[in-house]
Amino acid sequence: MSVPLTLLGLLERQPSHGYDLKRDYDLWFGHGRAVPFGQVYSTLARLARDGKVVMDEVTPGEGPERKRYVITEVGATEVDTWLTQPVAPEPHQQTVLFAKVVLALMLDRPAEDYLDTQRRAHLARMRELTETKRTGGLVDGLLADHGLFHLEADLRWIDTTSARLDQLRAQVKP
Amino acid sequence: MTAALEARGVALSFGETPALRGADLTVLAGEIVAVMGPSGSGKSTLLHCLAGILVPDAGEIEVLGERIDRLSEARRSELRRDRFGFVFQFGQLVPELTAEENVALPLLLSGVRREPALRRAREWFGRLGLDGLEKRRSGELSGGQAQRVALARGLVGDPAVLFADEPTGALDSLTGEQVMELLVDSARTQGATVVLVTHEARIAAYADREIMVRDGRVTTPAVAS
Repeated sequence: MSVPLTLLGLLERQPSHGYDLKRDYDLWFGHGRAVPFGQVYSTLARLARDGKVVMDEVTPGEGPERKRYVITEVGATEVDTWLTQPVAPEPHQQTVLFAKVVLALMLDRPAEDYLDTQRRAHLARMRELTETKRTGGLVDGLLADHGLFHLEADLRWIDTTSARLDQLRAQVKP
Repeated sequence: MTAALEARGVALSFGETPALRGADLTVLAGEIVAVMGPSGSGKSTLLHCLAGILVPDAGEIEVLGERIDRLSEARRSELRRDRFGFVFQFGQLVPELTAEENVALPLLLSGVRREPALRRAREWFGRLGLDGLEKRRSGELSGGQAQRVALARGLVGDPAVLFADEPTGALDSLTGEQVMELLVDSARTQGATVVLVTHEARIAAYADREIMVRDGRVTTPAVAS
């Protein structure tokens, strides 16, 4: 998750104070990992330095002054570019799991057992996400779905690899 | 908690081809267990043995305290009718009957009179979001609706055990999950034990746990760390 671009995106809706940005970030994108205030303000300072946001008013109060940030044309262009570019499809061709399987076969270890263990761990996580989906709201459900589809893809790879272990063994340990 | 189903060393061949080679399995009362495995691994055959549809060549199967592998066909048929519910991949609704008659079918076969049977059947239409479809025939239902009718038919007799063989296999992902949601909620409400055969991990994730069948054997997993 790109914190600077997400904050910029939130600012494009409306000029906001740092506090409001943090609240909205945590609500929509935090999911158990709240962004620290320090990170919000240091990010806003960098965005201001780079001409992507400006401060339009400072509200004095009893506490620290509240600065309201406004996105600039440069910032808006950056958000637009980010939104329209597809996220790089990550092939994950060098996964830890693949390395474990190959090494297990090379070392005469029970690769199939390792894959079974991984399958169970994946399914256990899928059960947790399914429960989240069943008991949570739409946003949590859609995020859980995203995780579920990825885990399902991993499981398909695990099943395919399990079915081809003999062939793979013959190649890595001729 | 007591076991609702227990299979020990169950073996069954079709001609020369072994489908089960000593399958062991215990399902506790009220548990929802997903049976997974590749095509041809024997998972559906295992379900059919547990449900008393097939009789194994060897091994023991105890269901609800009865050795189902030793029972006569008549007694097994009685158990299937009175204590078990079934949901299959393609619903297998009777096309000549209306949706409510399909749901009432297990009750009618058990000797419940037509009106009370239909009344009980109709109660399920609201619970499963099928209001207004009572008089439709299977050809007038969407795949998801037909499968919900099949689910109602599987549960209308308040079965102790529900056997579901790829109940979402013919449905798209979203509709399939809606059917699973209803299946799990209804089974939990009724306290039914569920044996669910599926090759889809997303469907298996609705169960309490999964078992893998491979080459006719259950690979009993250790607890994942």
